Amino acid sequence: MADLDTFRRETRNWLEANCPPEMRQPMTSEEDTFWGGRNAKFSSEPQRIWFERMRDKGWTVPHWPREYGGGGLDGEEAKILRQEMAAIGARAPITSFGISMLGPALLKYGTDAQKREHLPKITAGLIRWCQGYSEPNAGSDLASLQTRAESDGDDYIINGQKIWTSYANYADWIFCLVRTDPTAKKHDGISFILFDMTSKGVSTKPILLISGRSPFCETFFDNVRVPKANVVGTVNRGWDVAKYLLQHERAMISGMGERGGSRPLGQVAADSVGSDGQGRLDDALLRAQIATFDVDEAALAAAAERMVDLAKAGQGHPAFSSAMKYYGTELNKRRHEILMSAGGIDALEWESERSGEGARPRAWLRTKANSIEGGTSEVMLGIVAKRILDLPGA
Amino acid sequence: MPLLLTEEQSMLRDSARGLISDHAPVAHLRKLRDTRDATGFSSELWATFAEMGFAGLLVPEEHGGSGLGAVEAGIVMEEIGRTLMPSPFLATSVLSASALTRAGSAAQKSEYLPKIAGGQLIAALALDEAAKHRPLHTALQATRSGNGFKLSGSKAMVVDGHVADLLLVVARSAATPGEREGLTLFLVDPRAKGIAVERTIMVDAHNAARISFDNVEVTADHVLGEVDGGAAVLSGVLDLGRGAVASEMVGLSEEVFGRTVAYLKERKQFGKAIGEFQALQHRAAQLYIEIEITRAAVLKALQALDADPAGATAAVAVAKARAGTTATRAVQEGVQMHGGMGMTDQFDIGFFMKRARVCEELLGDANYHAAQLAQLRGY
Repeated sequence: MADLDTFRRETRNWLEANCPPEMRQPMTSEEDTFWGGRNAKFSSEPQRIWFERMRDKGWTVPHWPREYGGGGLDGEEAKILRQEMAAIGARAPITSFGISMLGPALLKYGTDAQKREHLPKITAGLIRWCQGYSEPNAGSDLASLQTRAESDGDDYIINGQKIWTSYANYADWIFCLVRTDPTAKKHDGISFILFDMTSKGVSTKPILLISGRSPFCETFFDNVRVPKANVVGTVNRGWDVAKYLLQHERAMISGMGERGGSRPLGQVAADSVGSDGQGRLDDALLRAQIATFDVDEAALAAAAERMVDLAKAGQGHPAFSSAMKYYGTELNKRRHEILMSAGGIDALEWESERSGEGARPRAWLRTKANSIEGGTSEVMLGIVAKRILDLPGA
Repeated sequence: MPLLLTEEQSMLRDSARGLISDHAPVAHLRKLRDTRDATGFSSELWATFAEMGFAGLLVPEEHGGSGLGAVEAGIVMEEIGRTLMPSPFLATSVLSASALTRAGSAAQKSEYLPKIAGGQLIAALALDEAAKHRPLHTALQATRSGNGFKLSGSKAMVVDGHVADLLLVVARSAATPGEREGLTLFLVDPRAKGIAVERTIMVDAHNAARISFDNVEVTADHVLGEVDGGAAVLSGVLDLGRGAVASEMVGLSEEVFGRTVAYLKERKQFGKAIGEFQALQHRAAQLYIEIEITRAAVLKALQALDADPAGATAAVAVAKARAGTTATRAVQEGVQMHGGMGMTDQFDIGFFMKRARVCEELLGDANYHAAQLAQLRGY
């Protein structure tokens, strides 16, 4: 306990000395997120300083081993770091699918060579990854994917199409599900493979969404040659890797329901609808909606904390991230419905500097994907029914 | 601190579960109800509770108790919630014991706390007066008279009021209803002149009473804590009680859910288990998620009550609000998914629905606590 108290004190002092004041402000635009990668650009000097200091400390991924550029923290220490960062409103130094999705899968299934090759570049923010999972005819039924990888000596030749590939047009590498045995049952012929997005035959095409933005792409593979050594885990057992990675993806997406650095809803609403003489929002039903939301948000934060603690104690259920994903995404949609309602007509403006180019309505529309991406809410409930509740035929 | 039970706490849970499930399954409550038992609980079982150290769970060791905290009290309450065991635990061992421990004089503590720990004294908190829980709206009047006070007014929903040996009465000694100032707690003998106790038979077949006070004389020695300064003590005691009731609702919700999922697997219609229907699967999964999230929120509040009681109010409001909403949903889905059987008195599920309704009202419902959170956060 005394050691943890010391760690907390040192962490607090270090953050105080090293986190620039600008990096303690709520994020207001997409430029505030640093993604890393070969073509990474910092949107500001404080963003660069903050990233580099955290990277040098090993705290872009505090709980990974030091040999891969992580911080080597144990569960309790990592929790303290999260709490201390939250206390000062510190932004994440980097957002990265390498950290939140691929890394955990590589740590579990990767060879030593694969770990040494890829993990240090993830912690240092040198390579930006994207995820090649969904296909036009393989959405909720992901295992029916058809992208083929055919053997050719030491290589595979990959042909097919992915869709909803987040930021594929900016990504340096892809982790991808491909069918290596078309004769096997659908879950049994899939492999998990890594390749460079600059490989010959890879092309991407952004998809315009209802938010007016294009965070997702169609990604095409036309005779892409990839070394067999890039398969993670066993050939044809890629579904195991895919599912394990999905647990981490779902845990990450469920976190979108947490407030993080943004302003409390009650304050945002007070600015637009006003308050009565006793300081209560001048819209009793909106106040009730926000209060109920705040209750659920605080409860979800406790559940997220407990999920980590349970996992650390070896008592977690592997399918629980589906439960959290369901709840967190539905909650985030609720948050943005409330933000739109609180903003009234001011939240309807789509273009203008005043509205941050329609930041609020675009963010609201973006959240509608939360309960679709990474597995729909309906798929999550099905997983809970089957794997946790053991209901028949689910 | 991890949001998990420690090894000692898990052992406490196992021993409470063993005792309660063996000696007080739902049939125990059913029998007390059907026989219109005069006390509404088993004094024999309460004696066992005392022997096992549960009655004095929160009583400091120097007064013969176990000196444990909110998490442990919540553990026992959760097990009580699983079988709906009626007992003086909430009123005596949680609310009254903590009020006496926090605010009692040395003399008051040594007089009452050892008896609570020993199971020889039943105590009850007389607080609510109107239909809804509004502690600061206390109107029962305490008027100075000589060296002491005279109490006049009435209380409703006094849990264990008709079997109590000691009443902790919240009265207004100054200011007007609605104000935080001017509340005083009194230790009152229920046999004192001017007190009339009416046992009220409630929907959940648990104990409660209406008590009226007509110029009841109490001496200055019977003031618990500071005159006019009762609100501070009360809010800490009530928060602990809310954490405890929230725990009871977690146990209740989980038990109802467990029974419901078992029924979904067993009941067949259209040639298959009804649990194969996706309409029911998804609702069951949603309820499971609600319960797990609520469990975490409640444990968070209990840990906060132990670590920093004065700073725990927001976490407690979250816990009690969530627990109420979750339990309400659990019992509604429980009855609905049991179909016609769920409507029968013969089936236990209705007992859980009735108790959940009472727990929701006890110490503030979900609306009350959500509004508390809004106020704490300044909107």
